[in-house]
This record gives sequence, C-alpha cells and structure tokens, in this order.
Amino acid sequence: MALYRYDEFDRKFLEERVAQYRDQVRRRLAGQLSEDEFRSLRLMNGLYLQLHAYMLRISIPYGTLSSAQLRGLAHVARRWDKGYGHFTTRQNIQYHWIRLEDTPDILAHLATVQLHGIQTSGNSFRNITTDPFAGAAADEIEDPRPYGEIVRQWSALHPEFSFLPRKFKIVLNAAPDDRAAVKIHDLGLNLRRNEKGELGFEVLVGGGLGRTPILAQTVRDFVPRRDVLAYITACLRVYNQYGRRDNLFKSRVKILVQSLGIEKYRQEVEAEYAAMGVEREELDLPDAVVAAMQAQFAAPSYPDASGDEAELNQALAAEPDFARWVKYNVKPHKAAGHAIVVVSLKQPGKVTGDCSASQMELLAELADRLSFGEIRITHDQNMVLPHVRKAALYDLWLQLGAAGLATPNIGLASDIICCPGMDYCSLATARSIPIAQALATNLAQREQEIGPLQIKISGCINACGHHHVGHIGILGLEKNGAESYQITVGGSDNAQAALGGIVGPAVAAHEVTATVDRLIDVYLRLRRDGEQFPDTYRRVGLAPFKEALVVAR
Amino acid sequence: MLLDRNGGFRPDSWRHLADDEAPADGEAVTISFKRWQAEPERWSDRTRPLGLRLSNDVPPAAFGPAATRFALIVLNFPRFIDGRAYSQARLLRGRFGFKGELRAGGNVLRDQLMFMARCGFDSFEVDAERARAENWPQAFREFEQFYQPAADRRETILRQRLRSWQTAAE
Repeated sequence: MALYRYDEFDRKFLEERVAQYRDQVRRRLAGQLSEDEFRSLRLMNGLYLQLHAYMLRISIPYGTLSSAQLRGLAHVARRWDKGYGHFTTRQNIQYHWIRLEDTPDILAHLATVQLHGIQTSGNSFRNITTDPFAGAAADEIEDPRPYGEIVRQWSALHPEFSFLPRKFKIVLNAAPDDRAAVKIHDLGLNLRRNEKGELGFEVLVGGGLGRTPILAQTVRDFVPRRDVLAYITACLRVYNQYGRRDNLFKSRVKILVQSLGIEKYRQEVEAEYAAMGVEREELDLPDAVVAAMQAQFAAPSYPDASGDEAELNQALAAEPDFARWVKYNVKPHKAAGHAIVVVSLKQPGKVTGDCSASQMELLAELADRLSFGEIRITHDQNMVLPHVRKAALYDLWLQLGAAGLATPNIGLASDIICCPGMDYCSLATARSIPIAQALATNLAQREQEIGPLQIKISGCINACGHHHVGHIGILGLEKNGAESYQITVGGSDNAQAALGGIVGPAVAAHEVTATVDRLIDVYLRLRRDGEQFPDTYRRVGLAPFKEALVVAR
Repeated sequence: MLLDRNGGFRPDSWRHLADDEAPADGEAVTISFKRWQAEPERWSDRTRPLGLRLSNDVPPAAFGPAATRFALIVLNFPRFIDGRAYSQARLLRGRFGFKGELRAGGNVLRDQLMFMARCGFDSFEVDAERARAENWPQAFREFEQFYQPAADRRETILRQRLRSWQTAAE
C-alpha cells in the first residue's frame, strides 16, 4: 500500500494539537472559557453543538483512507457514538452523538491512525477534497493527492489565515472529466500541462452554493507547479483583507469576487503575487519535495491480471444481478485487469451516507484483501475500493451484498446526495432524509430506464446537499410552520457545471415524490439519444418542466 | 498590561494620544493613522519615540511605505474572529521592513497568541490577571514546529525535511 505516512514532524504536530485541545476542553469545563470563546476553538477541531448532542467532524484528506484508518473510524463509532458514522459531501465523516468530555480521547485515538478534526469547521481552510478515483483513474494527468497532502500541511494552523471572513474550501482535480465538483469550491486547482509540457495549475476562485450560488471563475490559466503555494497565498491575502465581515451571508470569497468582478480581483491577486519577493522563495515548492511526496503515493505494483477478463465474462453471463452491479458500480482503472469499485451507501430506505461500524470494518478487511488496503470517500457520499482485480469482482460483490453494500445504483436516481437535515442539524429548516428515502424507494423500480440522474437534497438554504447543481435539486424550506420543498432542474457539477432553474412554487413534503416523477417524465419524453438530464434541459429550457407541473396542479 | 512574546509581563510605557490631545516634550506617544495622515510634518521632527495605531481596514499601500518611521505599531483586533490584522502584520514584517515593536490590541485571547506571534507580533495588550491565572505564556510554547513560513523565520517542517533528505543523499 502506498499512502502518506506521517513522519516524526507530523506525529509531533498532531500530538501537540491534541494536547492543546485537551487543555482547551479542560478550561471550558472549569469555566475559564466562555462558551463564545470556546466555540471558535472547538469549531477549529470540528466540534459542533447540534440539536441533540455534539457533532464531531473528522477530516478525510483528499478522500483517501487506509484500512487502518477506517478501522480507527469504526472504533470511534462503536466506543463513543451509537455504532455508526455519517459520510458527508466534503469527504469528511461526522459523528452525531458525541459527549464533549470524550472528544480529547477520541482525537487522541484518531491521531494514532493519522486522522484529525483540525479545521473541519471554523473560518479557515476546510478539508482538501479531490477526485475519489485519484491514482486509479485512466484519464488523470497525474495523481493529485501528493499535491493535496502538500496543501493540507501548508494550510494546517496557518498563522495568517485561521480567522478568515468565512470558511474556505480548496479542491484539486487532475482529470478532464471533473469528478471533484471544482466549480462549487472557494478555490479550485486544476492540474494541467502548458504548451511546453510543464506541470502547473489553473486556479479558479469564488465558487460556492448556499443562499447565493455562484460558480468559480478562472483567476489564472496556468501557475507553475513550484509557485502554487505562493499564488494561493496571494488569493487568500486579498480575501482576508477585503472580504466582508459585517454580514455572515456575504462573507464568502464568492461574494468578494462577485462584487469586485473577476478582473479587479485578479488584478489585486496579481499585484500581491508580484510584490511577494522573499516570501515567494519561502513558499517555493521544489521538485524534490513533490517527488518525495509522490513516492509516498506510489501506485501499488499491480499483478499481471490480463487473464482476468475471461473469468469475469463468465460470471457476467451467468449472473444478471452481478452484471447489473458491474454496469453501474464498477469503473475503468488505469491498470490492465483491474477496476475501481464504488460501494453504494444508498440502499433505498436507509439513511444516505450513514455507515455502521461493522460495515466499516468489513470494508477495511475487503480493502486489505482486494484493494491494496485503500478506501476512498466520494463527494456523493459513497465509498470506493480503488484497485480491485477483475477476477475478484464476483467474490467482492457477494460479500458486499451480504452487508447491504451492493446496491447497483451508482449515478442513478436512487444514488441521492442528501444532507442530515432537520433530523440532526440545528441549521436545517426541513427534513431531508425522509424525502431522500421516499424518492429512492419510488424511483428504484425504473432507474435503469431513466439512466444517469443526480438528485440532490438540502434541508436548508446552506446547501450542504448541493441541490443547486443536482440534475434535480430539492431544497427544504419552512413556510408558515410547515415544511415545503423548492425544486430546481438542470443543474450539474461536472466540467460543464451549471446551476439549476426553479420549476415553480415550493411543494409540500407529500407532493415531492409525484412532482419529481412528473419532471422525470418530461425528461424521458423530450430527451434525444445519449442526452443526460442537463443536456436536455440546456436544449429545451425550463418551460416544458414548468408546464408539466402547472398542468398537474 | 503587556505580555511579551517571550512570556514576560510589563507595564505599557507609551501614552496613546487621542486625536485632540497634545504630547509632552520628548514623551513616547502613539497617534492614530488618521492623525498621522492629516499632519505628517508635525510628527516628523524625530524629537520623541513615535508609535502608530492602525485600524485593520487601512490598506497596506497606505501605511506600508511609512512604517519604518515608527518605533511601535499597534494593530487592532476589534473581535478575535476578525483576522485582518494578521495580514497587516505579515506585510509590515515581510514587505515593508518594519523592525520596531509590533503590538496586538483589542480582543486578544490566549488561543490566538501563537498565530499572532508567528505573524510578527512582539507584544500583546492583555488582562494580566486573567493571563496569569490561565498561564497565557504557555500558549507560545504549545507547538515546536510548523508547516508554513512566517514572520518568526522558523525553519518550516518542509525545509527541515528537504535538508535531511539532501544530507541522506550525500
């Protein structure tokens, strides 16, 4: 297995962080810190106070876990929570039933497997996310994760940027087919080559959803690889000085970029970057550092598996259910005879993104046996075994199936993104989990006929469920004391990212399923060969979808 | 009371003039940026140690070039979550060559001291009673190493690693 291993510096740093946090909790419990003062400290370690209990959010950097780390997460679920965890749209895991007093021990335990909650909340850098197929995908330029680790380290307890106007999410992508939703992040880094064949990054700034959804724009087409930390510093410094702090809802960098305009923001960043001088040298990223980091993520030595196809084909022919699972949940791998397996956490009727300790332990074991000890978390709340031999797929399918983890629905209608909503979250204005459950159960029957479809549900305007970029987006609102749901169509979060359009007045909870059915019917009626929902929407516009709902009313 | 970055406490020896107050001869005083801007010639006679109080919304281009004129610059944290002065401090140290005393005023709390010290602050306006009771000086020593270059010029973890790899390679 080749994943980043902490050295003595990293270990010491994290131990010191846990000790510091332990002391902060002690001071809070002793009454030396007010809740207001403690709040920002606990948030910087990922601890929220929610409706029923504390919630602890643990960062899964660039969505990659070793089997040992996944076992560590399972242990926390079993010992300190109710036996499960919740994987989020930001490649994090959340525990929703945590006691404040236990949190230092939990973080100390996680530190032994190189995991932490540093900056999983608060107005600073959040978890660095990337393509869940990184290092395995056939279409990537390079594995983006070494850069993810470099940025993770650079951003950890940053002295200048720990009290930004608002949170700041960085995303990395190294493939033409954007599987990381780059344009809905505060800062996106697209790895690319220039005409001379040199590596560098396109830098995008100012994406985000929430109550003002905006897609990120390019600040610079190409920043040489060695200058990337300096350039990001310039982007952040402009934001730290000029981002709004008077209104929580206008304080993300997207609002700054929008109000200055991308041209003016770019000028400010370029001026700052040009003036950096010695700081630029200090932030220089030498090739030797990149090479050493890449060595840590070196691809496993895949066995010769070229004979695996025949065996797989036999199983496919013999077992239609297996063939269906392979069709939707298995993706192409760069190594011959291997495949990427997406493990669905979306069994209809279950809570989106939830995973029990036993399921985590099973996946850790399967990863050890069949996937070089690696697991990934996806931003659409599934898990991935990234390096599976094709000959092992059938056995893997049987074992996943026995644990309720082989629902053949990746990318289909029942593979719904959904935030925890009012069942857990103190910000929510409506429930989202029961809506997702009802939709998944209803659509599972005809989802193969529908084909690829992304439904995304948020329980409030903060848009953790990314509803604006769902092919069908559902936003839970509260109107006169009742839950109601606003529906959008035509959004997309890939390289052709787009925000959806509102189809009409919000509907009541019990009307959501029928409304979504009608919208899907319009799409099925109007789509041309090969068109996905957003393609049809781009061609026909909002009107046919609106009309269908008006007629129904 | 002031807390120093080395962990010691000391009284403030500067007088912080309101905009309509006059200084005594030779007295060490700080003035607001507004007052400095309004009458720079009045304060340029160098007959006294002069300090500047800067609010956190003054852009670097406005205060940077004059920074070396002052023996003390006081930056302000109106609320501890308002982090603009961290960038001001970094720029004063890194870009404008300010070598005088850099002081943090306003809502200065224990758990921000480390960040402030790394950005180049030397001294901190604190409630001494609380700071002693909660052992604030310890806050500067909670971490031995850091990942980012900063005004404290500590060698970063990255550079230390690079050095050890190069030694190993030789």
